[in-house]
Amino acid sequence: METVVKVNQLTKKFGSFIATNAISFEVKKGEIFGFLGANGAGKTTAMRMLSGLLTPSSGQASVAGFDVSTQAELVKQNIGYMSQKFSLYEDLTIQENIDFYGGVYGLSRQEKKDRSNDIVSKFQLETVIHKLVRTIPLGWKQKLAFALALIHKPKVVFLDEPTGGVDPITRRQFWDLIYEAAHDGVTIFITTHYMDEAEYCDRVSIMVDGLIKALGTPSELKTSFQVDSMDAVFQLLARGTANKI
Amino acid sequence: MKNTAIHIESLSKRYKEVQALDQVSIQVEEGELFGLIGPDGAGKTTLIKILVTLFSADKGNARILGMDTNDSKASIRKIIGYMPGRFSLYPDLSVEENLSFFARAFDTTIAENYSLIQSIYDQLKPFKDRKSGALSGGMKQKLALCCALIHRPKVLILDEPTTGVDAVSRKEFWQMLHEIKSQGITILVSTPYMDEANLCDRIAFLQGGKILSIDTPSNITGQFPWQLFAIKSQKKYELTEWLRAWEKVSYCYAFGEYLHVAFSDYDIQMKELKEYLLAGSISDAEIITIPPTIEDTFIYLMENGNSR
Amino acid sequence: MPYFNFSPAERQTKYNLMKKFYAFVQKEFYHIFRDTRTMMILFALPIALVIIFGYALNNDFKNIPIGILNQSKDQTSEKLIHRIVGSGYFVVEQTLEKPQDIPKAFKSGKVKLVVFFPSSFQQDLYHAKKAPVQLIADASDINTAINTTSYLSGIIGEFNNENGRENSGGVQLSSRMIFNQRLLSVYLFIPGVIALILLIISALLTSVTLAREKETGTLELLSISPISPYMIIIGKVIPYLILSLLNSFIIILLGIFVFGLPMVGSVALLILACFVYTVASLSLGILISTRVETQQAAMFASLVSLMMPTMLLSGFIFPIESLPLPLQLISNIIPATHFIILIKSIMIKGAGISLIWKPFFILIAMTAVFILVSIQSLKRNK
Repeated sequence: METVVKVNQLTKKFGSFIATNAISFEVKKGEIFGFLGANGAGKTTAMRMLSGLLTPSSGQASVAGFDVSTQAELVKQNIGYMSQKFSLYEDLTIQENIDFYGGVYGLSRQEKKDRSNDIVSKFQLETVIHKLVRTIPLGWKQKLAFALALIHKPKVVFLDEPTGGVDPITRRQFWDLIYEAAHDGVTIFITTHYMDEAEYCDRVSIMVDGLIKALGTPSELKTSFQVDSMDAVFQLLARGTANKI
Repeated sequence: MKNTAIHIESLSKRYKEVQALDQVSIQVEEGELFGLIGPDGAGKTTLIKILVTLFSADKGNARILGMDTNDSKASIRKIIGYMPGRFSLYPDLSVEENLSFFARAFDTTIAENYSLIQSIYDQLKPFKDRKSGALSGGMKQKLALCCALIHRPKVLILDEPTTGVDAVSRKEFWQMLHEIKSQGITILVSTPYMDEANLCDRIAFLQGGKILSIDTPSNITGQFPWQLFAIKSQKKYELTEWLRAWEKVSYCYAFGEYLHVAFSDYDIQMKELKEYLLAGSISDAEIITIPPTIEDTFIYLMENGNSR
Repeated sequence: MPYFNFSPAERQTKYNLMKKFYAFVQKEFYHIFRDTRTMMILFALPIALVIIFGYALNNDFKNIPIGILNQSKDQTSEKLIHRIVGSGYFVVEQTLEKPQDIPKAFKSGKVKLVVFFPSSFQQDLYHAKKAPVQLIADASDINTAINTTSYLSGIIGEFNNENGRENSGGVQLSSRMIFNQRLLSVYLFIPGVIALILLIISALLTSVTLAREKETGTLELLSISPISPYMIIIGKVIPYLILSLLNSFIIILLGIFVFGLPMVGSVALLILACFVYTVASLSLGILISTRVETQQAAMFASLVSLMMPTMLLSGFIFPIESLPLPLQLISNIIPATHFIILIKSIMIKGAGISLIWKPFFILIAMTAVFILVSIQSLKRNK
């Protein structure tokens, strides 16, 4: 299996504060990789470095074959990104948003048309395609944002707490989309506060104070910490009372 | 018989084309820890804003300790504590300055009711001179809670206090809520997290402005009508697709590493289920029966309308 | 163009870049057309400015109020007066009886200029062939004073020519500038600057701070506390009141001691004028904050509805009399207009309360109206 994300001693310092402290790991193609940690643990900083938005202080990382320090622009062009705020333009229509992102990622007119039709038919947006994003329900915005993150068929997609606030059914429908994408070979990098979503991932890493304190499949972690839920694993680690590993 | 602390009767409110609340009725008893459970847009914030006298309803009425939210605004405001959905303290004032301001705004002093907030404020004390805008999410929460309690309210109303906060801080927060409850304060708290529902005395499911159900957490799961199976397999994706293809399946949703499945046909047993899975070349499936969780019940009620 | 010289791969890259660029440009147009505020700045504002500057605001003069003191009351002087009125530039607002009346006429602001025919006018004209006429101009309004004086000189010169008297002979004009002999422009600017600064501190900052409480959500917690909304507003406003007054006094002192602005009238009246104007501006700021939701909107509203009209229409730079009627009406509802009248009357002309009670009254009335409307807005929001 091809390695799509390779991280080696990646570090980011802000003055004397070490936000990300020499983390290392690898992610394979089609994996769903969960990136967990308390707020301020360093996971947002790490995500931003991997998505080419922030230059590392030291260490290396390559995403989709491109180095994040020296080829940041190529990294950005080859990944998808979806943030908590859903990255849609509220005062543009759905169609306009699709056209915009298609244009930004350099799709040809034919590609744009095809992808647009794909998205519209898949989410049954025919009747609302010309409505302003501001007026559609939260669940639809979320799915649309995800579709747009994939509009240029990237190898890796970064999802930053994508399921905040939606109802349990919509949340699971969203995960259906994630599974589908992973099944099609897209590597998914996701951060979340929902511990049950940690269970949906193939592998999980937990960051505490800039360091990766745990890395493995959910069942591996549960076994090694001798607990029966990811929530318990997180409680043990994040509170700093780790007594196993 | 316990007194009613919060009495909500047929409350309705409309914003432009959206019916934010549709004939909502809830009774919260004195001393109860009551959870308002529902996703974004369910109407939780609207309901809370009506209770704390910031909004008025179109129809229906609400009373807190007997006082009507339309007529007795001033009296109600003296006895409720309110923690809004987002951090609403002054970011450029320090921890202590914020607390002192709100204490004086409520005609009291920090010292007067200090015993109530002591266990929480002790965690903030080392940072008392730090500007509140520079605090971490969990700390901001604790400060907002202190400010809401500083005048020893009889009823505490919290709007999604744990949203966006990590799992550890969430747990700590609920422990604090239970301590506050033990002081005899009635608490109404809204949350989108289903797992927090279990920590309440009673809960109300809210979705699309309507009440789906009101009961204790244990009773409410009684509304899930079918036997629930939890199935685990390495081939998560294939498992889900295969089960969804079976017409007999009436309920199929992922819950962590297990898939929760239920059948409207009561006769389906473990054996038949195993056979079906094998037919789909899923041989490593682990199947157990489990009682339905709060979230299963919520999803069921969402799909099948009100149950009351 | 060099495009043909590129290889297919290079052309593709450039084409891709153009596509991305185009996507951004198109999106930006959508944002612009769908945002009212931006549209106003792009279209409504330029049009308004062009109309105002091109059509309305100019240095041309019409309808300047003047006073006539005619101690001669003879034919020639009457003819000259008719001429002056007939020119259309001037309107006789007052007829004075004696020279002692002149200062009062200026202090009350009723006239900008007095034409004084002494009792010996007629005789001087026949016997000595030249007769003096004195023009006394209120130079607290420098531009007006200079221009009116030269207009009048022109009219009188023409009159002389027609009656066969030129050069040595005829009506002789001597002009005097009162209140501002040296025609210092600081007389013009400082009052305007004070008005503008007080407006910025009081109206703009007040509207922004109240809007900020709304925007950040802290207003919610305040609303449900026992603090009454009145207390919240007054409490917010008092620091700005104190600081505004302090600021205005510093500027006034600077004007007096550094730039030589006179301080002829009563200090108490001056302080009162600053106070009343500041309160009026504060209440304007409160009014704006009740109608907006964000700090940005508050700032925008303050700038457009307060700053610009104040600078252009308050008499700060362009005289009000020469504005077309609709703009004159607007000028009258701007607090700064009345405040500038007050400052000039008190500091430069030394007027007493009996003469300038009207602007005071207007400012107080405005404050009352702004506050009433604000309260109505607040009540409706609940």
